Amino acid sequence: MTIAGSRGSGRTRHTLISLALPLAVAVIVIGGWQSYVSLSGVSSLSLPGPGEVLQRVIADAPLLVDNAWVTLRAVLLGYLCAVILGGLIAALVHASTIVERAITPWLVVSQMIPLPAIAPLFVLWTGFDIRPRLMLIALVCFFPIAVAMIDGLRAADPALLDVLRTMRASRWERFWMAQLPAALPATFSGLRVAAAFAVLGAVFGEWVGSNAGLGYLIIAFNSQLKTADMLGVVAVLSLIGVALYSSVTLVERLVLPWYHAERRGRSR
Amino acid sequence: MADPKLRVENVSKSFSHGRDGSATRALSDVSLIVGEGEFVSIVGPSGCGKSTLFSIIAGLESASSGEVVLTSHEHEPLLGNVGLMPQRDLLMPWQSVLDNTAVGLRLSGLSRSQSRKEARSYFREFGLEGFETRWPGQLSGGMRQRAALLRTFLAGHDMLLLDEPFGALDAITRRGMQRWLTEVWRRHRRTILFITHDVDEAILLSDRVYVMTGRPGGIALEVTIDIPRPRDAGVDFERRAADYRAQLLELLAPPEQVIA
Repeated sequence: MTIAGSRGSGRTRHTLISLALPLAVAVIVIGGWQSYVSLSGVSSLSLPGPGEVLQRVIADAPLLVDNAWVTLRAVLLGYLCAVILGGLIAALVHASTIVERAITPWLVVSQMIPLPAIAPLFVLWTGFDIRPRLMLIALVCFFPIAVAMIDGLRAADPALLDVLRTMRASRWERFWMAQLPAALPATFSGLRVAAAFAVLGAVFGEWVGSNAGLGYLIIAFNSQLKTADMLGVVAVLSLIGVALYSSVTLVERLVLPWYHAERRGRSR
Repeated sequence: MADPKLRVENVSKSFSHGRDGSATRALSDVSLIVGEGEFVSIVGPSGCGKSTLFSIIAGLESASSGEVVLTSHEHEPLLGNVGLMPQRDLLMPWQSVLDNTAVGLRLSGLSRSQSRKEARSYFREFGLEGFETRWPGQLSGGMRQRAALLRTFLAGHDMLLLDEPFGALDAITRRGMQRWLTEVWRRHRRTILFITHDVDEAILLSDRVYVMTGRPGGIALEVTIDIPRPRDAGVDFERRAADYRAQLLELLAPPEQVIA
């Protein structure tokens, strides 16, 4: 145990390092990229330098903002669908061995479907609106959530469940008081993975079933051979992905204060 | 002895292993009684079936043969009428210490604020004052055990089964906890059946001690510890305890086993 003051400064230093290290990586990669482009004289059509990409991002800003909003909306709604779907499937699998046996292989099969194959079908089934994109995002994202939560629901200590039974806890009370909270740390791992996948699902969806959004812009810029503009869109997409991932991490810290208190205690 | 609170009559338990039909006998013909307000210990080596016996008394498992009767609730199931505190504290890391101790009150239908209020009033006696809002992970081993014991106490059962509650504590902490438990038991007059593998602990705490021997587990000896309370570690207590210790250890650890 350290005294409060030094613990505080230790945490500040920790935060600084966790910001500085990714920035250092960015500087190295962008620096390497720029020097390669300058030194090799490669055509700006096949690989524009980071400076040029940044210029295009600034020039395209109004367009990017409008289309980013379209994508972000689909990502958030689709992610929400995936959370509900994944949670429901995990609860059902947990509640019944028959359901578990019956659907587990089909959950895996659902992840074997190539997105380019299924995406046009979704559009055919539901129409040229946001729905096929939501279905696509939910299809990609529900799986890591469900798998992580199914594992998490098994994490509760059977001896604790026994103690609760001696206190006349019903099955529902045992689930609510012990199994669900015990499942949350694992579930959040799944939610983070899903957050990273959600953007990918949205882009696929826009390639086949949209005339707006960042995925649609990528296609459009590609066909006009505007490589720098296209890379700018990729950068914005990455930003959305990182923001979503960080938001999930932040929510996790708020929802699971006990988990992080325990981990900090152990690492010291 | 006062009226019996708990009667365990000829309880046996076998576990079968799947296809070949072979079975392991965990408990063989165990009989014991615990009087109202009595502190009774079961001493035995690891793996002698003590914890299985507790699961049966708590109603979590059924006996293969024999009967367990809780005389105050003779026509009700055992499950839900007997308090059980397992070896590990099993506090829920996602609830504050206060909410952990109050969980039995919550399950009995009390509101959150009522159950917290009730639990809080015991915190001083259980040496937990000032730690109400902490996470269990922030407590010392001794405090965690006291919190788990308070949780068991507050669940409202007169009959408590304590399974090696101090087994994982260091010797000094354990000594303090033993003295404290005696005090809590004296004040609240619950009936306690206590498992330990520590002969000295059994002698210090108990009115009577059952010695269990292993594989299959059965009761080998019953000893009444006739030492007046409070049993402070004076010369007189030590001399009388030594006799009991020799008597119990003779069964639990015969000389040739000690050398081996």
